[in-house]
Amino acid sequence: MNIKTTITAGLAAVLLAACATTPEPEPVKEEPVEVVEAPVEVVPPSEPEALPPTIPTQPYTGPVPGSAEDFAYQAGGDSRVYFGYDRYELSAEARDALRKQAEWLKLYAEVTAVIEGNADERGTREYNLALGARRAESVKDFLVSQGVASSRLTTVSYGKERPIDGRSNEEGWSRNRNGHTNLISGTIG
Amino acid sequence: MSAIRLILISLIAAVFMVSPLNAAAQIEIDITKGNLEPVPIAVPNFISSDVRAQEIGKNIAEVVRNDLERSGLFDALDPASFIETQTNIDYEPTFADWRVIKADALVSGRIVMESSNRIRVEYRLWDIFRGEQLSGLRFATTTDNWRRIAHKVADSIYEKLTGETGYFDSRIVFVDETGPKTNRRKRLAIMDQDGANPQYLLTGSDIVVTPRYSPDTQKITYMSYESVIPQIYLLDIETGRRELLGNFPGMTFAPRFSPDGRNMVLSLVKKGNSDIYSMDMVSRSTTRLTSSPAIDVSASYSPNGRQIVFNSDRGGSPQLYVMNANGSNSKRISFGDGRYTAPVWSPRGDKIAFVKSQKGRYSIGVMNPDGSGERLLTESYLDESPTWSPNGRVIMFNRETRGARGTSEVWSVDLTGQNLRKVPTPGKASDPAWSPILP
Repeated sequence: MNIKTTITAGLAAVLLAACATTPEPEPVKEEPVEVVEAPVEVVPPSEPEALPPTIPTQPYTGPVPGSAEDFAYQAGGDSRVYFGYDRYELSAEARDALRKQAEWLKLYAEVTAVIEGNADERGTREYNLALGARRAESVKDFLVSQGVASSRLTTVSYGKERPIDGRSNEEGWSRNRNGHTNLISGTIG
Repeated sequence: MSAIRLILISLIAAVFMVSPLNAAAQIEIDITKGNLEPVPIAVPNFISSDVRAQEIGKNIAEVVRNDLERSGLFDALDPASFIETQTNIDYEPTFADWRVIKADALVSGRIVMESSNRIRVEYRLWDIFRGEQLSGLRFATTTDNWRRIAHKVADSIYEKLTGETGYFDSRIVFVDETGPKTNRRKRLAIMDQDGANPQYLLTGSDIVVTPRYSPDTQKITYMSYESVIPQIYLLDIETGRRELLGNFPGMTFAPRFSPDGRNMVLSLVKKGNSDIYSMDMVSRSTTRLTSSPAIDVSASYSPNGRQIVFNSDRGGSPQLYVMNANGSNSKRISFGDGRYTAPVWSPRGDKIAFVKSQKGRYSIGVMNPDGSGERLLTESYLDESPTWSPNGRVIMFNRETRGARGTSEVWSVDLTGQNLRKVPTPGKASDPAWSPILP
């Protein structure tokens, strides 16, 4: 619409200009034409080359912004951070992930979350419940230090009751020692 | 005193006295199992003139044999080897017939139908070697209550021959588990100590853990994920009524009754830190007993109610501590290599059972309340949740196996580390807790 209007206006201006000014023709000066024989150089055309492919106009395939999937995606692919055996302090890697979690949580201020502390199967049930409580609190404290309102975060310990990996080896245990930021309300989609 | 009783008492004495008295003594794992010679005992089917009662008599004898056999102190002889068939238990048995099959003791019993739904159960216990009666007792009950009478008969035999109180007429509350490891459903169940009569209890959650009996055996306290913040509850077994215990801002867990039932100890989480509190069961008021920035969990009263043993990592790793019931004067009692958790005070008062982990393996162990005399009774990938029989002779616990298909079972072991046995449960089971002797 815009382009069409501009072109129409432009054409009108040119036509108007042509009508308004009709300059006097100048007298033509005749000059002798000198003909020079010269070899004609023939340059062959280059072989045709394919054009690079056009840039497709892709639809957005990532998670719905503001969804729980988006949260995990933006936090580095996981809504959990992991702990060492019988440890509850955050590793540098966990802090990085939690900074991204905090950024996201600040962006979506309606979202509330339960921070779930989990332990691996080694150890007795009650000790692991206490350990899970410490892990959940570590995660919450860090998110709050990054500017997430503490009223949006509650904590719960599952001890060793909710393993995500059934294997009884280092890989399985290390996955089960985690703090999970479980979004419970305010997400989109 | 009978010859049999002398033998059993000396066996028990020998077993109890082997624990070293020196606190700094070496820790030993008792791997010698079944080296005590069990006393051969003959328990023929209880006789009756009534056909229906004969069936009950057969069942009662079977339960008595099973109880005695499972204690590890008796060898219940095969009824097929018996020579004499008594027709009247008021006459002396033919001792020679029982000596031939090498029975040291004989239990001869009789059922009398008192009415269509009431029975009288009578039995006499004989010392075959000396040729004399050791006891003769009579119980009356309803016909469908025969199983409890069988346990009471077994308890009285056990008591007469060992001098210790029995533990057969008691129950176990435990957690029944279904589903794969990464999606376990857990519900409460109770059963007789021998695994009979399993019944499920209704709770409002798919995850319930650590049930424990009240001293009057009528109630059970446990931890449940029924609400957002997991809390401890009280369940009345008869009425099924359940009640939230207190309303705390943080998670409460690890509940256990005081021996008189007036108080409870529990752990409460505040800002991620677990501390131990006591709760008055009448007023529901709570008193804080620990205030360290460390994990303080798994509190258990001494039988006189004056002290509490608990688990803390205040020293850097989980260890056992004993304090007064008001929280004062706490001191560490575990000093061996490894991590100590889940202490439970014996109802006799003389031992504390615990879980010890060392080099990735878990053991059930016992030590004296001052920390001396540590002995490890079991070892596996994961042994936990020890609970004492009412007489403090046997420990039941929960054994888990490795891997995604790992299972959870209930096992029992003697205080001595002998007589390790699997306890029958309907399915996967964990967190057994033994009741006191039933009223």
